[in-house]
Amino acid sequence: MKEKFLQIEQVDMIFGQGAKAAHVLDQINLTVNQGEFISIIGHSGCGKSTILNVVAGLLDASSGFVLLDDKEIKGPGPERSVVFQNHSLLPWLTVYENVALAVNKAFKGKMSAQQRHDWILRSLDMVHMSHALDRLPSQISGGMKQRVGIARALSLEPKVLLLDEPFGALDALTRAHLQDEVMRIQGELNSTVMMITHDVDEAVLLSDRIVMMTNGPKATIGEILSVNLPKPRNRIEMADNPEYNRCRQAVLSFLYEKQAKVEL
Amino acid sequence: MNESLMSRALNYSKYHALPPLLMLLFFLLLWEGLTAGASATLPAPSQVLSETWELIIDPFYDNGGTDVGMGWQILASLERVAYGFALAVIFGVSLGVLIGQSTLAMRALDPIFQVLRTVPPLAWLPLSLAGFQDSQPSALFVIFITAIWPIIINTSVGIRNIPEDYRNVARVLNLRGVEYFSKIMLPAAAPYIFSGLRIGVGLSWLAIVAAEMLIGGVGIGFFIWDAWNSSKISEIVLALVYVGVIGFILDRSVAWVGNRITRGTSAS
Repeated sequence: MKEKFLQIEQVDMIFGQGAKAAHVLDQINLTVNQGEFISIIGHSGCGKSTILNVVAGLLDASSGFVLLDDKEIKGPGPERSVVFQNHSLLPWLTVYENVALAVNKAFKGKMSAQQRHDWILRSLDMVHMSHALDRLPSQISGGMKQRVGIARALSLEPKVLLLDEPFGALDALTRAHLQDEVMRIQGELNSTVMMITHDVDEAVLLSDRIVMMTNGPKATIGEILSVNLPKPRNRIEMADNPEYNRCRQAVLSFLYEKQAKVEL
Repeated sequence: MNESLMSRALNYSKYHALPPLLMLLFFLLLWEGLTAGASATLPAPSQVLSETWELIIDPFYDNGGTDVGMGWQILASLERVAYGFALAVIFGVSLGVLIGQSTLAMRALDPIFQVLRTVPPLAWLPLSLAGFQDSQPSALFVIFITAIWPIIINTSVGIRNIPEDYRNVARVLNLRGVEYFSKIMLPAAAPYIFSGLRIGVGLSWLAIVAAEMLIGGVGIGFFIWDAWNSSKISEIVLALVYVGVIGFILDRSVAWVGNRITRGTSAS
């Protein structure tokens, strides 16, 4: 496992120019090891999604840079695949075709058609969606759509998997289910994951480290908390685990005492 | 099983087919009544039927010249629409994509298009006759110029409304150029494009009937004009029925193709 796999160095983000310029991110420095699960948590509007978009390459940082595996990232690419908040499946493609679009683009020339087909099925099998290959996104539930979104992102074999509030739009039960799935898959593949969330329990349950953002404008990293719990974690056992509760407490007090947001 | 199928079919016809049929019967009776007197200027439905019976039962006779059956007349008109409309689709979608993609192209072209699209189809006919010196390409041009505006405008709106999410997916997957165009852009804009095509094909059909009245030759439009000149009012009535039904079928066909291609996702 490589240390300093993903390095975010001195990243500033300023939208617009002159008097209307919005200084969103200020001096973001973060190092992620290979196989690590990192969550970024903060109040809405603190620019946590902006960090993810910079790492994804969907946004260019105003200054600073991001290194992945010692290479500076330029623009988006399949080695940093994103699971978007609202799944972003293409509605005119079936479940199978949505994943196939990604796999066929990324592995054309590297795998035979048969291998790609098997790979698509394996990716969908990993999220337990093999039963709905020929369904359209409009014919499956929100949780299932997000499973397919995860399968699509994983099928690209990314060096780092970026989750942008992946469970935010789901009901609590579905969310818990998918969190367990993501935990299991990350354990199996040992993927490096960066997840944006505003859910304290989700962050503590899934993460090795939790990055807490101060409020914007000029948001930056306030604290970083290590969650020293072996994985996989069981959400029921965690309820009276002292380390779990210590971490939960720490995040809550950061969000609601040190960085209490004044709602207007 | 069979019984329930039967009763469902009966139910369907009771609620969907029966009301329009009754209404049609009512209108025919009303028309029959209004044109019953000896001083009536228009023929009654029964008279239309008896006077055009020959035309109805033999739609594909050919006596040479413009004296051919209704089937040929309609096919001739449909052929013109097919060519003109196909050209309008090719150029309309291309220009729509250009305007939808490029703000500069939109600023440059949109005001011009907004003015040109208000010009009535027939107003183009003399100009195109002058330009082409021949009636056949002029008719095609009128179809083309009529159908192209809604296609351009709807395509560009569809392209501009592609959700940011889809663009991001394409960027993460590295879909660019032709791949982006065929795999993301066209399907995402397809519901808009097809509503443009549907309006376009309807307008084409409106324009061709009018244009054919002026240019002559075989075609349903000239058939109507010819019937008027020889005072065969019943034939005009029959032609109007055909024009209406064909226009309806054209509209529904384009809608059906669109539905198949977008897999009914236009709602989402």
